[in-house]
Amino acid sequence: MTAALTRADAAPVASSKRRRRAPGWLAVLPLLVFTAVAFGLPAVAILNGAFTVKDPASGTTSYTTENLTTSLQGAYLTALLGSVKLSAVSAALGALLGLPLAQAVVTSRFPALREAVLTASGVLANFGGVPLAFAFVATLGNAGVLTRHLGLADTGWDLYSFWGLVLVYLYFLIPLMVLTITPALDGLRTQWREAAQNNGATAVQYWRHVALPVLLPSLLGGLVLLFGSAFAAYATAAAMVGSSVPLVTLQIADAISGNVLVGQENVALALSLDMVLVAGLVMAVYLPLQRRSARWLA
Amino acid sequence: MSVSLPRSAVLGGSLAVVAALALSACGAAPDDASTTADGKSATTATSAADFGGMDKLVEAAKKEGKLNAIALPRDWANYGALIDGFQKKYGIKIEVENPDGSSQDEINAVTSRKGQDRAPDVLDLGSSFAISAAQQDLLAPYKVEAYDDIPAAQKDAQARWYNDYGGYISIGCDAKRVKECPTTFEDLLDPQYKGQVALNGNPTKSGSAFGGVYAASLANGGSFDDIQPGLDFFAELKKNGNYTPVESTPATVEKGETPISIDWDYLNAGYAEQFKSKGVDWKVAVPTDGQFSQYYSQAINKDAPHPAAARLWQEYLYSAEGQNLWLKGYARPALMPAMERAGTLDKTAAALLPEVSGTPAFPSEEQQNKAKTVLAEGWAKAVSG
Repeated sequence: MTAALTRADAAPVASSKRRRRAPGWLAVLPLLVFTAVAFGLPAVAILNGAFTVKDPASGTTSYTTENLTTSLQGAYLTALLGSVKLSAVSAALGALLGLPLAQAVVTSRFPALREAVLTASGVLANFGGVPLAFAFVATLGNAGVLTRHLGLADTGWDLYSFWGLVLVYLYFLIPLMVLTITPALDGLRTQWREAAQNNGATAVQYWRHVALPVLLPSLLGGLVLLFGSAFAAYATAAAMVGSSVPLVTLQIADAISGNVLVGQENVALALSLDMVLVAGLVMAVYLPLQRRSARWLA
Repeated sequence: MSVSLPRSAVLGGSLAVVAALALSACGAAPDDASTTADGKSATTATSAADFGGMDKLVEAAKKEGKLNAIALPRDWANYGALIDGFQKKYGIKIEVENPDGSSQDEINAVTSRKGQDRAPDVLDLGSSFAISAAQQDLLAPYKVEAYDDIPAAQKDAQARWYNDYGGYISIGCDAKRVKECPTTFEDLLDPQYKGQVALNGNPTKSGSAFGGVYAASLANGGSFDDIQPGLDFFAELKKNGNYTPVESTPATVEKGETPISIDWDYLNAGYAEQFKSKGVDWKVAVPTDGQFSQYYSQAINKDAPHPAAARLWQEYLYSAEGQNLWLKGYARPALMPAMERAGTLDKTAAALLPEVSGTPAFPSEEQQNKAKTVLAEGWAKAVSG
């Protein structure tokens, strides 16, 4: 009986799907073309440039892995690792702090608060670059308002350091986490919690065995997004710490437009390729998990 | 979620993507500006005589009516006055693109916009970039009338580039925030300057910061062949807490973020003048223990869209008027010794320059390249953490 029913159901659904699919592909074509031009072409240019060296005297070019080797050595390697470390630490902190904040807002009894926090998060998540750096310099820098009034300089406080940079990054990473995790938190049904309570589960047990497993993929997704945001950040760090925190984006800028090192453009492209690979690796962790979350939070 | 994923990847590579696009930007060649004067092409003219004298050069330049310059900040070595002076004298409009750009930006603009009428006509390059550009055949040989007066060590034998102005590494100091202004590199290690000593950039990127490390090396037993003592010096500054990684700019100087700034003397002296009215008492000293001077180089783009105007700009820069304008911006023009002999030097402006002892010496291209390699490897290690 059931089998027959399913079969009868399935047939029209499948055919209607097939009918919709063909024009669907057509509609996505402009996007694909755009992606190929705006993302594909530069990617090919990076790939090509990263493996090319140009002889300054004769002007001839040849293919080699020299740039890539250089980009994974010495100061460049330090910068790449520095970027990964900074992004990982600030993304982890951002996720840890963003999750409870988002949960508090989602479960709050005041819709106005929720609206206010989400709107503010939308704005703050996009507040970056030089303005952000200068806001922090004016507040917590060497001659900053708070530094002077609270006498922070004597306590060894230094904004222009690794942890200073983490602090500044959290300013836009936490709102970004709130924005990404809120829809997932909304998806947690109250019935699940009630069911857990009825069966005698404590709050910790509920979070440990129900909520977190369901949230995990979204959490990881948020983490990946935060990592990417911090990994690609350039202007804030450039304006604030200069070369005192080794970062790969700053190294790329040095190599590509400077007054000192000549002919390093292709090393810069090799460094970008390294960045793409790191971003790819991080995403590879996330993608399989995302499929799992879709099952629960649809 | 899935929408934002490609975005993070795009962000990741975006810097390089932008650069790659800039490098590979294809150019249409809409231009026919290579004017001729008396049957001679302005593009290949190697002296004013090729035009039939200065008057004819001026005429040809006026006909073009425009000059594309790049990376000339108005508050750098008095370039503002030079630009205004040239525009007023010849009625040729100067457009400065990307005023705060670097030498590499200039080279990129030349190579990526080859043949376009938006390409830069004239370049003001760090000396190693001038040499490298000449090797790549990007520069037009042109002898200004004063070419013979430029010291031999400061010009290309084929006249593709020659030094324009330069200065010494100096220590600028906010006398209101700092009790006792340092005058040597050794002074900078004094614990009283905690968190106050800044460079004006990252020495792997900024020419003046590179000069600062070189000068520090000379002050600490290094030589043109050996920049390592300079790196060690900054590592020590970092360790004892005196070094601040904030890169000094007029804004950070004015706000007191960088009370002590190692920079070219002409920039520091310029700040002193600029900030007098704002209550900042900015003192400038060329350190006695480590003197390092460097000159920038002037050059003409081989494919300049306004070849005559580009050549006239060079003549203007190397006239007594142009050279004295640089001098008024506290920079030391290349023709300074010759003008002193000829009596055309602006003595009041010359007297205002920070004092130095001895004659300037320059590292060779080879020595500089070696120093840069050492620096690129070691700088992050010296000051990070």
